[in-house]
Amino acid sequence: MAFKLNVNGHTSTVDVPGDMPLLWVLRDVLDLKGAKYGCGIGQCAACTVHLNGKPAKACLTPVSAVGTQAVTTIEGLSADGTHPVQVAWQDIDVPQCGYCQAGQIMSAVALLAKTPKPTDKDIDSAMNGNLCRCGTYVRIRKAIHKAAELTTNASAKTVQVAGKE
Amino acid sequence: MKTTLNRRFFLKVGAAVGGGVLFSLDLPEVLAQGRGGAPAPPIDAHNFIKVGSDGIVTIMAKNPETGQGVRNMLPMLIAEELDVDWKNVRLEQALLDDTKYTAQSSGGSTATPTAWIPMRQAGAAGRAMFVAAAAQQWGVPASELTTASGVVSHKGSNRSIGYGELASKVAGMKSPDVSTLKLKDPSEYKIIGHPHVAYDVKAITTGKPMFGVDVTVPGMLYAVFEKCGVFGGKVASSNIEDIKKLPGIKQAFVIERPDIPADQVIPGDPGLESGIAILGETWWHAQSARKQLKVVWNEGPRATDSSTVHAQKVQEMIAKGPQRTIRADGDADAALKSAAKVVEATYSYPHISHATLEPQNCTAHFKDGKLELWTNSQQPLRGRQMAADLLGISQKDVKVHMVRAGGGFGRRLNNDYIVEAAYIAKQAGVPVKLIWSREDDMAHDYYRPGGWQHLKAGVDASGNVVGWKNHFMSFGIGEQFTASAGMGPTEFPQPFIKNYSLQASVQPLGVRTGALRAPSSNAFAFVIQSFIDELAHAAGKDPVEFRLALLSNGNVAPAGNPMQASFDAERMKGVVKAVAERSGWGKTTLPKGQALGIGMHFSHRGYYAEVAQVSVDAAKKVKVHKVWVVGDVGSQIINPSGAENLTQGAVIDGLSEMMSQKITIEKGKVVQTNYHQHGMVRLAQCPPEIDVHYLKTSFSPTGIGEPALPPLLPAVANAIFSASGKRVRSLPLMDSGYSWA
Repeated sequence: MAFKLNVNGHTSTVDVPGDMPLLWVLRDVLDLKGAKYGCGIGQCAACTVHLNGKPAKACLTPVSAVGTQAVTTIEGLSADGTHPVQVAWQDIDVPQCGYCQAGQIMSAVALLAKTPKPTDKDIDSAMNGNLCRCGTYVRIRKAIHKAAELTTNASAKTVQVAGKE
Repeated sequence: MKTTLNRRFFLKVGAAVGGGVLFSLDLPEVLAQGRGGAPAPPIDAHNFIKVGSDGIVTIMAKNPETGQGVRNMLPMLIAEELDVDWKNVRLEQALLDDTKYTAQSSGGSTATPTAWIPMRQAGAAGRAMFVAAAAQQWGVPASELTTASGVVSHKGSNRSIGYGELASKVAGMKSPDVSTLKLKDPSEYKIIGHPHVAYDVKAITTGKPMFGVDVTVPGMLYAVFEKCGVFGGKVASSNIEDIKKLPGIKQAFVIERPDIPADQVIPGDPGLESGIAILGETWWHAQSARKQLKVVWNEGPRATDSSTVHAQKVQEMIAKGPQRTIRADGDADAALKSAAKVVEATYSYPHISHATLEPQNCTAHFKDGKLELWTNSQQPLRGRQMAADLLGISQKDVKVHMVRAGGGFGRRLNNDYIVEAAYIAKQAGVPVKLIWSREDDMAHDYYRPGGWQHLKAGVDASGNVVGWKNHFMSFGIGEQFTASAGMGPTEFPQPFIKNYSLQASVQPLGVRTGALRAPSSNAFAFVIQSFIDELAHAAGKDPVEFRLALLSNGNVAPAGNPMQASFDAERMKGVVKAVAERSGWGKTTLPKGQALGIGMHFSHRGYYAEVAQVSVDAAKKVKVHKVWVVGDVGSQIINPSGAENLTQGAVIDGLSEMMSQKITIEKGKVVQTNYHQHGMVRLAQCPPEIDVHYLKTSFSPTGIGEPALPPLLPAVANAIFSASGKRVRSLPLMDSGYSWA
C-alpha cells in the first residue's frame, strides 16, 4: 500500500504494508537510522520520534496511523547537531554506547517545548519511559538543565537583538 | 531446502572451544596476544598514525567500542606521546588485523592494562620519526629538537616545522624500535588525565548510522533466525513452504546442526544452532512472516530443565553436604566450635540476562569463497575463527569490519550471531543483515549463572573472624562448572582467614551461560560483603572498622605485574577509608529512616569501596539517595569524563541487577521475554547524586569497566539492613516484596 509521509519536512511516498511500524519504514525504507529498535513493545523508547511535535514510539505506530502528521526524527532536529538539546548532550558528554540517546534526546526536546524550565521532578516523569542500559541518567538530567539554560539564553539574545533593531 | 552441516565442522569448532571459554576473561595474557598462542606483532607507528600534509592526524582506533569509551582512550594515549593537539586528531576504526594490532577485543577490563604501554610507544615512535625527519632536513642533531602541538622546533636556529610538512618524509621511514624510546613524564601530560568528550558524540546526537543494526550493504536482504526455545532443539517439521510465499519474503531454509550431548556441559560459545532462517526485503517483512511460522520442534533432552527443580535440588545439597572440596586451610570446623559467635546463612542470586539495548546482529557477505563481516562482537578474532571454520575457509579470506555496539556487558564476547549471519549469507548467496528480535535476545543469551552459597563463620570474643566455611552451589557436571559459574580457591576473604573451607556442589544446566560485566564478582560481592556485614553486627563492630581489621589479618603480596590479579590489602584499605571519609560514615546524622551501607570488592585488578545512602519504608519501598564510589586503579585515569560516566553507569547497572533482574527456566525454556519482565532502573529511580572519586596510587593503570559494579549491591543491601533491620539474602529484591520508591 502506498503512504504519503511528511518526515523532517520532506514528503515521501512509501509502498509498504499498513501494519508496518513507522520505525521500520524510517529505518529500512527511508534509510533514516537514528531511531532505534530496542524492544518492539514500547518499553525502552529508543525509537522515540515526534508526531506533530509530540513524542511517539515509532515501534508501536503503524504507518497507516501516521496520516498527515509531521514526523520529526533525530535527523530532523537540526542540520548539523546545533539544536540546544544536542549541544547540551555534546557538552556534558552524555552517551556511553549511545544506542538509546536519539530516543532520550527526542523525549527531552518534547519536554522542553512544553516545560522550558523543568524541575528534576518534571525530568523524572517526562524521561521515565526511556531506558538507558549504560546508566547515563545522572548526565541526562544535567544535560536537560543545560539545554534549558541554552534555550533561555538563546531566546534572551534574540530578544535583545530584536530590541536593538 | 534443508541444509545439514558436515559433522566435521562441528568437531572442529567443538575442539577449539574445548569445555569452556578459550579466551576466558580470567586469561588476560591470552587477550593481550595478537591471536591465541601467537606473539603480539611489534609496534609499528605507521599502523596507528597517518598525518596529512594539512597536519590533520588520523589515529586508528583498534578495539571494539561497546560504550566503554575505548575508542577515545586508546587514541588519546597515542596522541599524547605523538605530541599533537586532540582537536587535530581524527579517528578511524581499524579493521580486524592481528598482523598489525594487538588484542582487538573488549573484555575483562583489559584495554587499559594491555594498551597503557604499547599505545604510548606507538605515539612516541611516531614522534621520533617526525623529529628524525626534521633533523635530517635541517642538518641538526635530533637531540636539539623539541615538539609541541604537532610542530617540531629547533631553538638554536629559531626554526619550526609542522608534522604535516614532514609527513611525506616520515611515510617512508622505518618505525623505530620502541625499546629505544623514552616516554613522557606524567607531569607533561596534556591529553592523558584531562576530560575528553567522546569523539563520536556528535554522530550519536545527530542519529548517524554507526551501530551494527545500521549497517547497509547494497543488495542485502534482512534475516531473522528462529531457534528452538530449548537449547539444542531441532526442527521436526514446519510450514516453511507457506512462509516462502508470503509478501516480501525472498528465501527461507532450515539449518540443522549436530547435538551437544546432555551429559556434557554446554561449551562457552557452542556455535551455530539449528533453526529456520527467513529472509525478507525489510526486517519487518521477515519478522512478520516469522509470526506465521509453525514449527514442531524436537526439543531434545534439555526440555525438562527447570529453575523450580534447581532450587529444590539445592535444599537437598545443603542437607546432604558438599560434593567436593575446592580449598581447605587450617581447621574451619574446630575454629567454629571455639568461636564466641557463629553466623550461618544461605544466600542466592538468579540467572540474569545481559539485555544490551541493541539486540544481537551481524551483516555478512559471502562471495567467491570469501567472507566479509560487519560485526560489533567484543571478540571478533574468535568470531572470525568460528565463521571461517564453519564455512570451511581460511581466516585470511575473512574481512572483518568492527562497528559500534549498542552495549556489550560481556554478551558480545560470544559470537553466535556471527556464525548465524555467515552461514545464512553463504546459503543465501546475497549479503544478509541478521537482526535478532528482543525476544530472541532474551531467550538465547549466555546468562550470568545463578547460584547459592551456604555460609557459616565465627568470630572470637574480640570480634576477629576465626573460621569461614562456604558450601558453594552452582551449575556444572562433575568437576566442571558451566561457563562463568565457578568459584576459585582464592576468592575473598580466603587470604585473610586462617581456617577457611570452600566446598562445592553442582547440578546440570540446560541453557548457555557466560560472562556478565564483572563476571562472578557481580554475584559474589553481594554474598560475601553482605555476610561480612552480618558478622560485623554479630561482633558488635562498626562495619567499616570490621573490614579494616579483617584486611589487616592477612599478609598478601602486592601484585607486581598489573595483569596478575593478586589482592593488595593496603590498596583496599585505602579505598575503604576514603569512601568512609567522603560519605561521612559514622559522623553524619541522616534523616529518619535513612541509613548508610558499605561494600568493597577487588576484581579485574581494581579496588573499589562504595557507600549507599538508602531509605526503606514499611511497604518495602526503597530509595537510594546517594552513592559514593572510591576506586583505586593505579596512577592515572586516562579520560576522567569517560571514567566518571562509566563508574556512575556501573552503579545504575548494579541497582538494576539488584531489584528486578531474574531469568528463570521452565520446560527447558527461558520464561522472561522482554524488558517488562527483566527490568532496568529508570531515570526516576536514579540516585540524584553518584559521587565518584579515584585515588591515585603508584601502580600501573588498570581498567574500570567492570570492577566498579560489584560493591554497589552489598552497599545497598547493608544499608537496607541498617535502615530496616531486615537482612536481604536473596536477589532480586522484588522477589522479597521490595520495589523502588
